[in-house]
Amino acid sequence: MAKKIKPKSQMRVLLGLTFKQRYAKIGAVLVGIIIAIAVFGPLFAPHTFDEFIDAPNAGRTDQLLLGADYLGRDVWSRFLFGGRTIIGLSFVSTVLGVGLGLFIGLFAASAKPRTDSLIMRGNDILLAFPQIVFVLLVVSGFGTSIFLIAVTVGFTHAPRTARIIRAAAAEVMERDFIKAAIAVGEKRRRIIISELLPNVTSPLLVEFGLRMTYSIGLVAAVSFLGLGLQPPAADWGLMINENRGSMTVQPWAVLTPIFAIAIFTIGINFITDSFAKVAIGIDRKGKE
Amino acid sequence: MKKIRDFFNQGGLVLFVLGRILAGIPIVIALSVLVFVATQALPGDAAVAYLANTATPERLALIRQELNLDDPIWIQYLQWASGALQFDFGTTLTGETEVTTLLKERIQNTLILMASSGIVAIPLSIAIGVYAAVRRGKLFDNLTSLVTLILAALPEFVVAIFVVFLLATNVFQIFPAIAFVDPGTLAWSNPMALVLPSLTLVLAVTPYVSRIMRGSMIEVMESEYIQMARLKGLSERTVIIRHALPNAIAPTIQVIALQLAWLAGGVVVVEAVFAYPGIGTIMIDSVKGRDLPIVQAITLMIAALYVVLNILADIGTILSTPRLRTKYARKNDTSDVFAAMDGDE
Repeated sequence: MAKKIKPKSQMRVLLGLTFKQRYAKIGAVLVGIIIAIAVFGPLFAPHTFDEFIDAPNAGRTDQLLLGADYLGRDVWSRFLFGGRTIIGLSFVSTVLGVGLGLFIGLFAASAKPRTDSLIMRGNDILLAFPQIVFVLLVVSGFGTSIFLIAVTVGFTHAPRTARIIRAAAAEVMERDFIKAAIAVGEKRRRIIISELLPNVTSPLLVEFGLRMTYSIGLVAAVSFLGLGLQPPAADWGLMINENRGSMTVQPWAVLTPIFAIAIFTIGINFITDSFAKVAIGIDRKGKE
Repeated sequence: MKKIRDFFNQGGLVLFVLGRILAGIPIVIALSVLVFVATQALPGDAAVAYLANTATPERLALIRQELNLDDPIWIQYLQWASGALQFDFGTTLTGETEVTTLLKERIQNTLILMASSGIVAIPLSIAIGVYAAVRRGKLFDNLTSLVTLILAALPEFVVAIFVVFLLATNVFQIFPAIAFVDPGTLAWSNPMALVLPSLTLVLAVTPYVSRIMRGSMIEVMESEYIQMARLKGLSERTVIIRHALPNAIAPTIQVIALQLAWLAGGVVVVEAVFAYPGIGTIMIDSVKGRDLPIVQAITLMIAALYVVLNILADIGTILSTPRLRTKYARKNDTSDVFAAMDGDE
């Protein structure tokens, strides 16, 4: 049997190298701050997210750190409450989508050439729908529901991840240790789990980071368009939508959530890019 | 002129192009099935969903009849698809307006927005990529690599609102925050309205293309034929523009096509921010009003555009790569061409 690569130690080396880079360190701090706000923020909120505490669009005072929103609710409290849903939903949809894509990619790469090409042709067809357009299509058929949005966003990630993983796994399939495993009569499931999977962890992690930034964009965009979380929920995407009309008088109600989303996606991108440079050494091809 | 004639005489190439176009047809058919299945054919009743709590038996029956919901699903599909073939997507649910009439101006406006963004973004990102590659490791390269990394991370609506904050409402008041276009006229009759939506899309697309262009250019600059050109004593300017650039662009074409296709989705959200009268805003309104015929029509058109752009990119790659062009013209064997294209991916 071919000598197995120890995935953990190799991955530890790659991650170690990644976080030696300046951008990765900055990214980790940025992501850490936003996750901390999303998770622990509600504990420190001076008001509840739907409490009316001042005149609509009231400016900043000593009591009101960021003023009041278009209905007179505390922007700071709503901001502290509003990160949970967007980050939670993005994470769930990324896990779902990358997981499904990983499965399809590994399955196709290890299948017979005809099955492989059939799966990938079908996959290419799904790629023709821009993610936001497909999400909107499904929302128009089923109505808005947070669960549905997370699943649909994940579903739109899957064909994109599948393509990347299949390409990486197809290369691994050509290597001698796979041929040896097949010759020895290893079951396909075993080959997928213990031979293929450990050898695609680097592209998988890059995909995960990339898909996470897109998930946030998509989930926030759906809420921003008024098709996601419904009022009076506190959610960064919804906050931007609700307070956009009064941005001239009360910019904080829009800027705070906008900056939080920006900092989070930039942080993830810094880490992903650093890791991709260390592990794969290539730039990615484009937004899809 | 002779060159061009020779070129078209190469029958293999024409066959290849035809083959690519024909191969697009079953894909578009599959797309139409998907669009239909994702909306109308799902369990649950589109008529009930549409009418929600205003549903009365009579209204339900009317809507069911309008949507042909009582027919078997494949008949419903065939009726819809045969209409779609002739650009007839039926009437909207809310009025008696034909979907096609409603969308005509909007499609033109969206194409104007995409074109104005593409015309700026593509040359700009090629220029940035080339210059960053030439100045590799210097200030310009480091700066653009940081800026593109940040811009690539930002969701388009975040960029859009930031642009509004900066240039329309709070910091400077130069451009309109709402892209108002007189009904009945097209978007270029009010160029000011185009500036901010285009700028947003340019900022969203440029990072990707310029990064790929930079990578491709660096690879070419390290090749032996560039070394050769330098050894011949050509000026660095000639080496870059005449020898390196044409070879570096070929691999970027696929990425450019991908980005143009992405624009078709990206415009949806950007149009919504600026209330730009294109297919994006009407799509959002129709999703909210659950006006399925409009949503189906727009989704199908955007997906078909993706297929068309991909075919164009494949043809463009062949035409801009002499190695593939001649190889293909000589023999009718597509395997090399596809292998080479897959290698680029």
